[in-house]
Amino acid sequence: MHFHHPTTLADATQAVAEGATPLAGGTDLMVEVNFRHRRPEHVVGLRKVEELGAWEGNRIGAGVTWRRLEHGGPQALAEAARTVGSPQIRNAGTIGGNVVTASPAGDGLPFLVAVDAKVEVMSAEGGRLVPWDVFFVGVKKTTLAADELVTAIHLPESLPERQAFGKVGVRSAMVIATVGCVVTRTDDGKTTVGLGSVGPTPLRASRAEEMISSVTRPTESDLAEFQKMVSDEARPITDHRSTEEYRRHAVGVLARRLLERCLR
Amino acid sequence: MTAPSRVRPARVAGGVGDSTLRPDGIPKLEGSFEYAQDLWQEGALWGATTRSPHAHARIVAVDVSPALSIGGVHAVLTADDVPGSPTFGLEHSDQPVLASDVINYWGEPVALVAAEDRDTARRAAAAVKVRYEILEPLTDPGEADTRDEAFRRIRIRRGDQEASGPVVVEGYYETAMQDQAPLGTEAGLAVPDGQGGVDLFATSQFLHVDHEQVVASLGLSADQVRAHPTGIGGAFGSREDVNLHIHLCMLALRTGQPVKMVYDRSESFTGHVHRHPARMWYRHEANRDGTLARVEARILLDGGAYASTTPAVLANASYFAVGPYKCDSVAVDGVGTRTNNPPCGAMRGFGAVQVCFAYETQMDRLADALSMDPIELRRKNALTTGDHFATTGQIIETPLPTVEVLESLAAMPLPADSESDLLPGGSGLTTEARHVMRGIGYAIGIKNLGFSEGFDDYSQARVRLAGSGAVVETAAIEVGQGLVTVLAQIARTALGISDVTVEHVDTSRIDSAGSTSASRQTQVSGGAVLKAATTLRDRILHHHDGDDLTDQGVLRNGDVIVTMGELVADDWQETATFRHPPTTAPDEYGQGKLHADFAVAGHRAVVDVDPELGLVRVIRVDTAQDVGKALNPEAVLGQIEGGIMQGVGLAVMEELVVEEGIIRNPNFTDYLLPTILDAPDVEALLIEEDGSWGPFGAKGVGEPPTISSTAAVAAAIRAATGKAIERVPVRPQDIAL
Ligand SMILES: Cc1cc2nc3c(=O)[nH]c(=O)nc-3n(C[C@H](O)[C@H](O)[C@H](O)COP(=O)(O)OP(=O)(O)OC[C@H]3O[C@@H](n4cnc5c(N)ncnc54)[C@H](O)[C@@H]3O)c2cc1C
Repeated sequence: MHFHHPTTLADATQAVAEGATPLAGGTDLMVEVNFRHRRPEHVVGLRKVEELGAWEGNRIGAGVTWRRLEHGGPQALAEAARTVGSPQIRNAGTIGGNVVTASPAGDGLPFLVAVDAKVEVMSAEGGRLVPWDVFFVGVKKTTLAADELVTAIHLPESLPERQAFGKVGVRSAMVIATVGCVVTRTDDGKTTVGLGSVGPTPLRASRAEEMISSVTRPTESDLAEFQKMVSDEARPITDHRSTEEYRRHAVGVLARRLLERCLR
Repeated sequence: MTAPSRVRPARVAGGVGDSTLRPDGIPKLEGSFEYAQDLWQEGALWGATTRSPHAHARIVAVDVSPALSIGGVHAVLTADDVPGSPTFGLEHSDQPVLASDVINYWGEPVALVAAEDRDTARRAAAAVKVRYEILEPLTDPGEADTRDEAFRRIRIRRGDQEASGPVVVEGYYETAMQDQAPLGTEAGLAVPDGQGGVDLFATSQFLHVDHEQVVASLGLSADQVRAHPTGIGGAFGSREDVNLHIHLCMLALRTGQPVKMVYDRSESFTGHVHRHPARMWYRHEANRDGTLARVEARILLDGGAYASTTPAVLANASYFAVGPYKCDSVAVDGVGTRTNNPPCGAMRGFGAVQVCFAYETQMDRLADALSMDPIELRRKNALTTGDHFATTGQIIETPLPTVEVLESLAAMPLPADSESDLLPGGSGLTTEARHVMRGIGYAIGIKNLGFSEGFDDYSQARVRLAGSGAVVETAAIEVGQGLVTVLAQIARTALGISDVTVEHVDTSRIDSAGSTSASRQTQVSGGAVLKAATTLRDRILHHHDGDDLTDQGVLRNGDVIVTMGELVADDWQETATFRHPPTTAPDEYGQGKLHADFAVAGHRAVVDVDPELGLVRVIRVDTAQDVGKALNPEAVLGQIEGGIMQGVGLAVMEELVVEEGIIRNPNFTDYLLPTILDAPDVEALLIEEDGSWGPFGAKGVGEPPTISSTAAVAAAIRAATGKAIERVPVRPQDIAL
């Protein structure tokens, strides 16, 4: 196995162009290797590439760790970061790795979809900005090309004033989301809802968003309607972690509670 | 002739009753303790196992050549290479060392590989080509029962079978398959001795019985195989059965080189037995005053593919089906089924856990039906010394403080209503205080200590003077529970010498200590150490006509007459075997003196539940436990806190999900154990009483903490939510939907 750790982005993209598998924190990749699901022959470590660790304003480098996000990210992303694994995992794991793994349960994803983030990717040929709904296409499937690296996440210039993240899991920490959700709301009522673990990709509950965005002071019955619409828009499955029915129920409850948090 | 030991040994530092430090504690914290995973010898090869990807199949052909052709591979073995008995088993030799014909469970071993490194060994194991003809697995235990696929059936009938009572509650309960999940996976090293024999260093709970099975399958004589104790990172029942032991020896003998194996986490989940999932139907009939008039139960435990300890676990579930209560009309029918599910066997609590969830739920329902306080109902029926045990009819001869357990538990202070450092949902921020309902639940449980049903349960220990004090020799396995600490304490107090260490010796140097299970080692191996140490002290004093033995040597009238150095030079030693009071086999109705001793414990759980999301946080679990005598109070507390964690795990998250015989979550990503954020606060009251046959009156303390803690948490969830809660673990959907 070849392993190298370049210090410049140019060298890193070159390595990827030559077929190397990128390794950031390794908290997803090494699990795959240990389970013998993957056996990369050529690996490029990204940790020494300083550009990837850069975080300026609304451009978050792919190499930014959960630990850093936990202490300086936008509110709902910081809340999400705090729930990722354990301190050890948060010290190593990166937002870029989370995005490329594209697990439906990735805790960073509900926030990114809720704020309409874009994924900055780059190959030896050049770069492009990919909207999230073009980037995520299925369970652990993205449109990232084999010779491309994710270099950063672009958040919009201004973020909603109110945001809240929640994650349902069976234990108090170190747990894969049974359901994840981010709700954001601007002062003029525009509301977005990002959902995780209830579909092959992270989703937006657009009909629920539209309904509640037009209500300035949601009443009890608006909230109930919102909860129901979110549940209806989810596309969960039954697996060994939970059931379709429970996920559908829980995602509605959670979205409603997060909205209530935003309204307070 | 002088009277033996005229002076009782003075209180010795580090003796019985002190919370002495564990000798293995600092090395474990520093990382210098040698676990079985760390064993290594120059030139050792790595072993790996080829396992079946099917739960049920016929092996059509095995082609080892693709594995053999990989560079660095030294041997690939199949069932044809097993030199002796093709099968092994703790109680029944029914499990193939390597499958030759039919696969009976997912992950069953088919071939073995030895190679120069771990990765090559694993690749080679994957390269072995096995052609299977897939068969329909039998995975429904109910169906297995109907087809009479049973390892054992138990029928208990006691008292007037026509008895009845006016207040009746009936229920059906289930408990899921739990895993012991010890942090140390199965591991070991086998070293050929160059003369056809082998030394085995592997994870174990029962060295001499491993040895017997290894010897039989290798076709060697007993003295050609020596099983050595090793450093073990937890067991909880998972190491009672043989797994990699015979495999390692076969590879070592074939290659003539030491061979090492370490299961990874997912192989560990398939490589050891699990807690039996249970289905239980109950009917309790009571008089208006609350006294039990009749209890009927039908208990089904799924044993999976091979016998392991299913017959004994089923026996326990059946005999403890009524709990620590009096009742003179009992009918219990138990079955342990044979299916193509993963084999189940020993796990902390050994059958008593499953039924406790059922009978304690029944007792709560009965209290409800009677409009009676649940503690009062339990007190009214509490079993105590002198009573007949409800199922087996035997008279309880040792102290059984059931009432004290109940009363002290009820008297312990409760936390303030809103007191909690973390809400349900934990770091997921799902829940606010206004979403939470609090519930409180009680449960008590009972279990036998030591082996039952006429088993000759004994342990041998040797105490000898060496170095500057005494050494205890034993083959009793330390799995992390603290046996090395307590055996030394017993020897110190009995000898009057403070300088005592414990040395684990192999099967060629001492007779069996029995299994590290059934909460028995402190009582039984402790009993052997007490006997050996007491006899040794008496012999030394008698021989030298002394009146006291201390770290200085033999004293007469306060003067040292023989120094410790001189005693050590004389090589004083004593070997003793301890047996607990004999038990009998059951008659056809399950009657007899089947158990040598019992322990009761009670738990009170306080839970916060978010009913809408079905999330639970266990705030605290308080407990009172019958311990006989706490030889090391800190160590007892350790057992209590750990046992409660395991009980909480089964109550709210620990479940091996098995579909069509295949474990869907054989990893720590999805087999969820409670984290420290899920750990309840624990307040424990140790109830001490004289009269048990253990050393200094000690009772086993390892299992009682797991028995009723699950039931108490379930009761608390029921109290918080009003839901029936008839299955554990309680899943969010069981509450929220
Ligand atoms: C014990 C444990 C607990 C966990 N808990 C959680 C949790 O609670 N929530 C959660 O969401 N996740 C969790 N994870 C998963 C993981 O930690 C996260 O997904 C993390 O963000 C992955 O980042 P990484 O830097 O470690 O990725 P890596 O493992 O280094 O990479 C992951 C994938 O992305 C590719 N990759 C990495 N960086 C780039 C890049 N810049 N460009 C292109 N491709 C790239 C790699 O080739 C690989 O395919 C857990 C993992 C473990 C082991």
